[in-house]
Amino acid sequence: MTTLRGKTAITGVGHTAWGKHPDRDRLSLMTEAAAAAIADAGLEKDQIDAVLVKMANSAPSILWGQKVAEALGLQPTIGLSLDQGGAACTGLATYAALAIEAGMIENALILYADTPRTGSRAAMHRPRGDDSVMGWYSVAAGYAMLHRAYQETHRARPEDFGIIAVQARAHGAANPHAHLRLPLSMEAYLSGPLLIEPMRRDDCCLVSDGGAAIVLSATARAQDRARAVPVLGLGQAQESWEVHLRPDLLQTRAEASGQMAFAMAGVNRGDISFAQLYDCFTVTVLQTLEDYGLAPRGQAGAKARAEGIGVDGWLPLNTSGGLLSESGTPGLQLIIEAVRQLRGEAVLQLPAPRFGLVSNQGGTMHTHATMILGEPQ
Amino acid sequence: MTRPVPEITAINRPYWDGLAEGALRFQRCDGCGHAWLPPRSHCPACLGAEIRWEVASGGGKIVSWVVYHRAYAPHLQDRIPYNVAIVALDEGPRLLTNITDSAIGEGFATGAPVVLTIEEDDGLHLPRFRLRG
Repeated sequence: MTTLRGKTAITGVGHTAWGKHPDRDRLSLMTEAAAAAIADAGLEKDQIDAVLVKMANSAPSILWGQKVAEALGLQPTIGLSLDQGGAACTGLATYAALAIEAGMIENALILYADTPRTGSRAAMHRPRGDDSVMGWYSVAAGYAMLHRAYQETHRARPEDFGIIAVQARAHGAANPHAHLRLPLSMEAYLSGPLLIEPMRRDDCCLVSDGGAAIVLSATARAQDRARAVPVLGLGQAQESWEVHLRPDLLQTRAEASGQMAFAMAGVNRGDISFAQLYDCFTVTVLQTLEDYGLAPRGQAGAKARAEGIGVDGWLPLNTSGGLLSESGTPGLQLIIEAVRQLRGEAVLQLPAPRFGLVSNQGGTMHTHATMILGEPQ
Repeated sequence: MTRPVPEITAINRPYWDGLAEGALRFQRCDGCGHAWLPPRSHCPACLGAEIRWEVASGGGKIVSWVVYHRAYAPHLQDRIPYNVAIVALDEGPRLLTNITDSAIGEGFATGAPVVLTIEEDDGLHLPRFRLRG
């Protein structure tokens, strides 16, 4: 389990502006992000030998990975598109790390772009199979089921969810890249409209156009070791079953994913300097904090309110705004912010962070992936 | 857009036929005894193919519920607000349903006992539940 620790590093990151791109398509956004990430890694394009793409939710497409490679003018050793929901980008980094360590490839480009903001949101609003006859529609509804179960079982207060949104929006307001730079007060959160009760509008992440890319390389061969952020731990575990079929709604396989990553990294929970957790909905963050062993069951929101999740808090959380404020795109922006923090290049820079934790998850917490990054050596 | 209809297949036909006849059916494995919904060709616990249909007693408990304040399809515009609940049948299988007592979920609680009431909705027989008094 310790063989992959530190063997690979994120050597380059890049992304487009977040928000609306009415005149761009996915390939255009991905090409811009890829060029930025490759340049950031100090590489030439032809040194990329893996093109690993997360499938675009709003336009599932056959041979999508090859379309992206063609747009980049590459004929990679490994080229693919993966559907693992919002866990896919960390999943792809995991498979890339294995392939680099096995000597199959040297530099992997992991990328994603989509245009749900100016294009179609049908995937988010979709009828959910035969259960749609009961009125069961949308991605948000599954999270609302988790939100209700969490609230009822743990007797959680609305403020326990609200603190996640309020702090994310504060971080996003400070981030010049953020799609939404509008701070949110707790009062405004509490009086916001209900979407799918008990979820309020501001419990839900943004819908953003944009593209992002990272380059993963062998740490020993990184062009600039001082900016190469080593990947210390990787984990995955899948919940897989639909929300209503799970025996327990309030304990997910994020727990196993986190345990795998912490064990590989050889890092204690208390050593984590910050966390970038997949905040598609506020309940996801509370659940992930608890599944990862960072807060007692049912206490994540109360702990966040009491001890703080800002840059000077108990656990600086989603320091660039996350999906709730920086960009609603699925997950690479969280990895990119973790890289920037550990390089010392973040907007809301923490003093000398040592270990950064990233969660990616998809579906209705159907899929889980965890990454622990360290400071450049 | 018109309201959705279930995709009837050889595997799930007994489920929908059962509802039209006034019975909520679920599947049970002859090999390991596991019981489940939605209908499948094989037992998801032991992968056995020797399975039978049983009629649910109609009793169950609320696991969780939500109330839609937004219509995600045009035919739902007249229905909001409405609830969708997860109910665990006394026999074990779980399903997504509606609780008929209150559109907005007044009086609902996790663990609250409920009882089956099959309702006809535009020619489709749906398994809904009401709170047990």
